[in-house]
Amino acid sequence: MKMATCGTYESNDCFVTVMPQKTGRTIQIESIVFSSFGAQIQAVIEGILEELHLDNIAIAIQDKGALDYTIRARVLTALQRAGVSL
Amino acid sequence: MKNEYGREILSPFTNLESNDRSKQHPSIPAHKGRKPVVFSDSISSIFDAIPITSGMTLSFHHHLRDGDGVMNLVLDEIQKRNLKDMVLAPSSIFPIHAPLVSLIDQQSVVKIVTNYVNGPVADAISDGRLRDGIIMDTHGGRPRAIEAGELEIDVAFLACPVVDPLGNGSGKEGPSACGALGYAVADLMYAKHTVLVTDHLVKTIDCPELSHEYVDYVVKVSEIGDPKGIVSGTTRPTRDPIARKIAKDTVQLMAELGLIRQGFSVQTGAGGTSLAVAHELGQYMRNHQIQGKFASGGITSFLVQMLEEGLFKDLYDVQCFDLEAVRSYRENAHHHPLSASEYANPWNPNAIIKQLDVVLLSAAEIDLDFHVNVTTDSLGRLIGGSGGHADTAAEAKVTIITTNLMKARQSIIQERVRTLTTPGNTIDVVVTERGIAIHPNRKDLLMKLQGTKLKIVPLDQLYATAIAITGRPSYPDPSSQVIGVVRHRDGTLLDTLFQRSKVY
Amino acid sequence: MRRSLLFIPGNNPGMVQNSDIFDADAIIFDLEDAVLPQEKDAARTLLHAYFKQFPSAPYETIVRINTNDSSIMMEDLSMCLSSRVDAIMVPKATKQSLFEFLDILVTMEHSLGISPRVTLIPIIETARAVWEAYEIVQCPRVSGVLLGAEDLSTDLGIPRTASNLEILVPRSLVVLAAKAVKIDAIDTPFLDVDQEANLRADAEFSHSIGMNAKACIHPLQVGIIHEVFSPTSAEIRQAQKLLLAEEKAKLEGKGAFSVDGKMVDKPILERAHHLLEKAKVWGLIP
Repeated sequence: MKMATCGTYESNDCFVTVMPQKTGRTIQIESIVFSSFGAQIQAVIEGILEELHLDNIAIAIQDKGALDYTIRARVLTALQRAGVSL
Repeated sequence: MKNEYGREILSPFTNLESNDRSKQHPSIPAHKGRKPVVFSDSISSIFDAIPITSGMTLSFHHHLRDGDGVMNLVLDEIQKRNLKDMVLAPSSIFPIHAPLVSLIDQQSVVKIVTNYVNGPVADAISDGRLRDGIIMDTHGGRPRAIEAGELEIDVAFLACPVVDPLGNGSGKEGPSACGALGYAVADLMYAKHTVLVTDHLVKTIDCPELSHEYVDYVVKVSEIGDPKGIVSGTTRPTRDPIARKIAKDTVQLMAELGLIRQGFSVQTGAGGTSLAVAHELGQYMRNHQIQGKFASGGITSFLVQMLEEGLFKDLYDVQCFDLEAVRSYRENAHHHPLSASEYANPWNPNAIIKQLDVVLLSAAEIDLDFHVNVTTDSLGRLIGGSGGHADTAAEAKVTIITTNLMKARQSIIQERVRTLTTPGNTIDVVVTERGIAIHPNRKDLLMKLQGTKLKIVPLDQLYATAIAITGRPSYPDPSSQVIGVVRHRDGTLLDTLFQRSKVY
Repeated sequence: MRRSLLFIPGNNPGMVQNSDIFDADAIIFDLEDAVLPQEKDAARTLLHAYFKQFPSAPYETIVRINTNDSSIMMEDLSMCLSSRVDAIMVPKATKQSLFEFLDILVTMEHSLGISPRVTLIPIIETARAVWEAYEIVQCPRVSGVLLGAEDLSTDLGIPRTASNLEILVPRSLVVLAAKAVKIDAIDTPFLDVDQEANLRADAEFSHSIGMNAKACIHPLQVGIIHEVFSPTSAEIRQAQKLLLAEEKAKLEGKGAFSVDGKMVDKPILERAHHLLEKAKVWGLIP
């Protein structure tokens, strides 16, 4: 697995970076709606990692108010670009 | 103790409420007009002459908006003299007033009374750093409070683009011309000491709005403000298709309600969607050859164009937003200046907004009771204030809120507003891109809309639509530290302001 | 039954999630020209996730897939078949490429175990395709055909002009082909977004020569297109009048009848029925 990104900084979108790390799962969230949807964003990303049984990975997201489907799509595409098979 | 809107008013503001019309006996300070105006070349000399001491209340108007230099000059002087416990009463505060933050932290300034606050000063107040708190008035409530003696001003520092040798002042000309000076009038007349601050002295002024009869001092400084921050070049309507759709639907709604007819009157805001509505409204009026009686409020080039085309007979101007508005204000006899009291004071029987047929407003939050918040965001951060919102909503025959249903995952509709600015029983219609809600009290409007192709839905259904798309937000609990109060236009208290929640 | 088909760039979440606001009869989610080559994967995944979170829509869901790279095309097609997509818009269609595409579609449906549902909308945007139009429209599953005037004029080596003379014959040929098999003849989009009067004139002309729908590239074009391509209220009233007269004639056992002094024969009645059907679908009859 290598580092990869997907998305944009436009309103309603998010920019996702994924990269391998030695151990564990790290999710780093920056969002314009952090206080109201931070937990939800975390849940969406954790859900994907569970679904795909992924470990030793760090995901960073810079969010501009993306809905769940957008977060999901950008994370999945970034993972695919990083070499993870979906 | 909860008020009629279910909002609690907390200490130290519990005894602030006053709705006593018997107090409305304007009393202009006795010495005014008895002495010739004193001209000076420094703010410092004014501080000596009056003299200005700790604990005094100083006021300002906001016609120079985010280009204002005058309040900062006065703040600088307060700091130099190490004055403490000052109360400031500017009609609005903008990001350019950032120097006020350190005076707040040093307790040089301990209390603020204003109608609108945004930027670093708003953030400092939202964090609870203003010792005695903030009182938020409306544009109409402020002159009421001044005239009723509830807001007693020791010294009014009034930025004035041009002044003559007698001490008359005007906003029409000068390098910092800003047009209307409506928010300066009550201060001019009722402050114990009135100071005009100008950067441009002229020999004569045609019909000055600020009469020397009420002026005590004139100070000439090199610059009263930055013209680029005072007025924008021109305000253009947005090209955003969603805003344009909301605009089209709003005008169609107004037409179906019979609001757009010969001799009607209207007020719109100056934001992107409001301008789009003004543009659509203008098209409709052109196509149907409708002439309105007047448009009022803050004037933009758009409204000027409509005036010059004959779509309105008159404009009533309390504030100019761009250079075209300033030009028209100067040149057109049908473009009338208004004082804030003549505009929106609820105790002024001739307030122009009492004649308004329809007003178009925005909202930061709307709740299921139709209560509107334009004062804070959902986390309690001060982002504005009523301005004329609560005033026009109370007086206009039909009040229409135009807004996106969602902005970047945030639903504008909430279960309960964080801060109550404008009571729901003064709001009649909410127009969004996904549907239009009518207040249940307005059965007359619902009747007129039977058979319409517009999507009329209950407000709670619009809310459900938004939440189905964004997901349910979970806001942190509001803090319990009181930082201020929202005072309604008539002196009653609407809501308490709390320290903002910190999670960003 | 389409009048308006609005193009929405497939990689733009802000536009994708607001697609339902503009009342278009169909939305064309574009994976082709509106998406950069290096973002084809992101766009496809975005649409798939969007369709999953919002499984129903008040409009027909169309996706314009890529056809110039076969592996991208296969992935696009697979995404379409596993979501709510109603129709696939096939760019640069020729008779050969379209029938080959149909084969691939049918094979994929079999292997995914889905029953045939999606229809096809080929885009006629080359000189060859214009000549082959009549054969293209006879391809099974084709429910409409779109004229792509920009790419066509490039293929012809001529500029597009405001007079539209250079596309007059292609427009007519597309109409003739589509109507020979009774499918939608969809006109090319009008690109000058600020010129509402010119859009109206363009739409009215194409309507008058038989186009029954028009693609658009900006939401604010939808309203004008609906005005031009919908029956007017006078036409609706007239159609209702004819059908009432038909009912009355049936009850009275009359074979032939007249309305307003004119004999009403079968084609006129069929047009009236068809018009009212469309008017109902488009919400024009209260």
